[in-house]
Amino acid sequence: MTDPVVLKMENVAKRFGAVQALRGVSLSARRGEVLALMGENGAGKSTLLRLMSGVHQPDEGSITVDGQTVIFATPHAARESGVRVVVQEPEIIPDVSVAENVYAGALPRRGRLFDRTGLYAQVAKDLARYGFTGVIRPEQLGRTLSPAQRQIVEILRALTGGARIIAFDEPTSSLSDHEVESLFRLITQLTVEGIAVIYVSHRMKEIFRVATRILVLRDGASVGERIAAETNDGELVRMMVGRDLSALFPRSPRQIGRTVLRLRDVTTEDVSGISFEVRAGEVVALAGLVGAGRTELAHAVIGDTPILSGSVEVEEKPLHLRSPRDAVRAGLALAPEERKQQALLMKRSVRDNICLSVLSRLQKFHIVSRAEESRIARRYVAELRVRTPTIEQEVSTLSGGNQQKTVLARWLARQAKLLILDEPTRGVDVGAKADIYAIIDKLAAEGSAILVISSELPEVLGLADRIIVMQGGRMRGELTRDEATEEKILSLAILEDAA
Amino acid sequence: MTATAAETAVSHPSTFRRALATIGVQNVSLLLALAALVAFIGVQNSNFFYASNIATIGTTVAIVGVLAVVQTVVMLLGGLDISVGSQAGLTSVVSAMVFMSTGSALAGIAAALVLGLCTGLLNGVVIIYGRVNAVIATLATFAAYRGVANLVSNGRAQGYTGMNHLFVFLARGDILGIPALIWILLLVALLVQLMLHFTDIGRNIYAVGGNATAARLAGIPLNRYIIGIYMLVGVVAALAGILLTARTGSGQPTSGSQGLELQSITAAALGGVSLQGGRGTIVGTILAVILLGVLENGLIILNVNSFWQDIAQGALLVIAVVIQQRRAGGRGVGLP
Repeated sequence: MTDPVVLKMENVAKRFGAVQALRGVSLSARRGEVLALMGENGAGKSTLLRLMSGVHQPDEGSITVDGQTVIFATPHAARESGVRVVVQEPEIIPDVSVAENVYAGALPRRGRLFDRTGLYAQVAKDLARYGFTGVIRPEQLGRTLSPAQRQIVEILRALTGGARIIAFDEPTSSLSDHEVESLFRLITQLTVEGIAVIYVSHRMKEIFRVATRILVLRDGASVGERIAAETNDGELVRMMVGRDLSALFPRSPRQIGRTVLRLRDVTTEDVSGISFEVRAGEVVALAGLVGAGRTELAHAVIGDTPILSGSVEVEEKPLHLRSPRDAVRAGLALAPEERKQQALLMKRSVRDNICLSVLSRLQKFHIVSRAEESRIARRYVAELRVRTPTIEQEVSTLSGGNQQKTVLARWLARQAKLLILDEPTRGVDVGAKADIYAIIDKLAAEGSAILVISSELPEVLGLADRIIVMQGGRMRGELTRDEATEEKILSLAILEDAA
Repeated sequence: MTATAAETAVSHPSTFRRALATIGVQNVSLLLALAALVAFIGVQNSNFFYASNIATIGTTVAIVGVLAVVQTVVMLLGGLDISVGSQAGLTSVVSAMVFMSTGSALAGIAAALVLGLCTGLLNGVVIIYGRVNAVIATLATFAAYRGVANLVSNGRAQGYTGMNHLFVFLARGDILGIPALIWILLLVALLVQLMLHFTDIGRNIYAVGGNATAARLAGIPLNRYIIGIYMLVGVVAALAGILLTARTGSGQPTSGSQGLELQSITAAALGGVSLQGGRGTIVGTILAVILLGVLENGLIILNVNSFWQDIAQGALLVIAVVIQQRRAGGRGVGLP
């Protein structure tokens, strides 16, 4: 028969600002096969999917479908060529039926009128064909669908739209075990129909369950491709890790002192039974996959989301958290992951951004001295080497790294006792990364307690004195600096039955 | 030498730009629009330039002016207050009724101010603790406060304050030849400007409007700020109500206060206050208030049918927001 390769990407590269997300990756998806994509967070899997679905366009390299070179200028163009990415949370219109959701934009008509009966009959036929009869009804409203059913709607959209290449982006993260089973049956069904499936997941068990081939990515490059039947967990984990950034991490002698933060059995909507402590002069890293509950834990500790049970103590005194104000007053500070949305006043100056946390301390009878503000801003701009023409510069014009330094400066000005840094180097270029690592090291050496959340293993290993690994909202283990390796952390973070 | 010449050539536009940035592009365009409008009206009818006419413009804009100033503050926070006119009407009636029953102008004024504080508090509480969108909450109280004003007054003008020295002074008195109403507007604008510029409260207002999540995570008590500002609006709306009573000589449940919400929001938007919050100045709002006052006065002087005024107001509000959106450069889908 003809060439089984339907989708081919050759040496695709993509850069976002200072970050080289993909540096020349090639892949081939064959009809009737499942190609699994694996890699750490930030390895480039999502970017690859976005190039496939036409959300972004590659800077270099080519994409071919059935041997024809194609350019996916828009998501629509990708769909026209038969490529469809099923995202984790598909867009579902809540107040219309499943049938209308599937055929949105191409509803059948009889004369000028919408043909509801015809539509329901058609969708019932589609459901029967792909084995979903009973799982989902055509007339069911979008809002009543479970996450698995939503994905089924998205898959139906793809199939009725004539998709021949379907990519799943971590499809099981929001599914129950039972739903996962039906998804696997569906994927098998799709391969029988001759569709090429691309499957992105962190979960080893699933990968071995569904994949024909496995492509491992690291740092935006492909490390290698394996036939699923000829490899094992250990080999894949070894392929995923192994970067060397140790030169970026300075390490001053640290004096570990009193306990600054102690969590006892903290349980929220997203995490449960979290207990650990962070001491003065110590950097503790929270490692784990995206979605392990680390960011949610940070927001609970800072008083942004409610703690259902358990307690937070600061310097041995229980902290009653009603809002972030209580946490800030007790000396805690959070530099959130989404710094543009959650930390910065993008249209205000560097000075206003730095001084936001200290205005209440600078005021006398509510009057704030501009001169004093400028003095503080200048001091921390110099100390953290924020590259800005003046302190009057609007923050939105700075680079990601300098924006992050501005956020750090805000909390240094406040002299916070404990800093929680959520993905402090996301979207930051290498030079600024090194600066930020140096700042963290210096703060720890000066006696601050620091909790770093990071999905980058080299960063975790380079910064931390202790590493706490989370998976699925729970603590999976704690490693000291000396015993920790990338393999050990990744095993705790990924493998379901790890010790 | 050539290098120096080149530098000066480059530095000139930058000095110009810096001057422009200090005054604000928005304010410069308002001043230009104002100049053009004044020139146009003045050419048609030179009576426009009489001192008495200028004073008339000043006193007419005083009431809407104080409301526009506090509307600016609410909008900086990212909110909106549609009930300002109704609050002014309600407090106008109450100030006149308390004055009539006690005979004391001060008692009437105090009662109105306290009532304003309460109506503002109610707005804030509904928004914060009811989690009701500010537009909807104040649209509801816009209707409710007007209803209460009509209920207590039976829908009629109340009392007569034309014999009381204090009320007469507020309406027609002057200090150094400048009407008291204008002094009051300037005083309110100055106090709010000082608050916005020199206090931590003002700076935090800009922060809350610019990025509420960031402000919250930085430890700023959002709820206190929002409720506090709605109370400030209530008090200033009561001040507007008192001035309304003084100007008309009696407590007015609806006439004179109708449309103040539209005018104050138009002035603030025209003055460059972002509807998303976080951006805008009192100076811009005051310039816009003057522009609107001159426009209204000009239409009267030029004998234009007064219905046109409402059309002009509405058109200006839309134009102001369209310009804002264009300058913000955002490209969205669906409803803004």
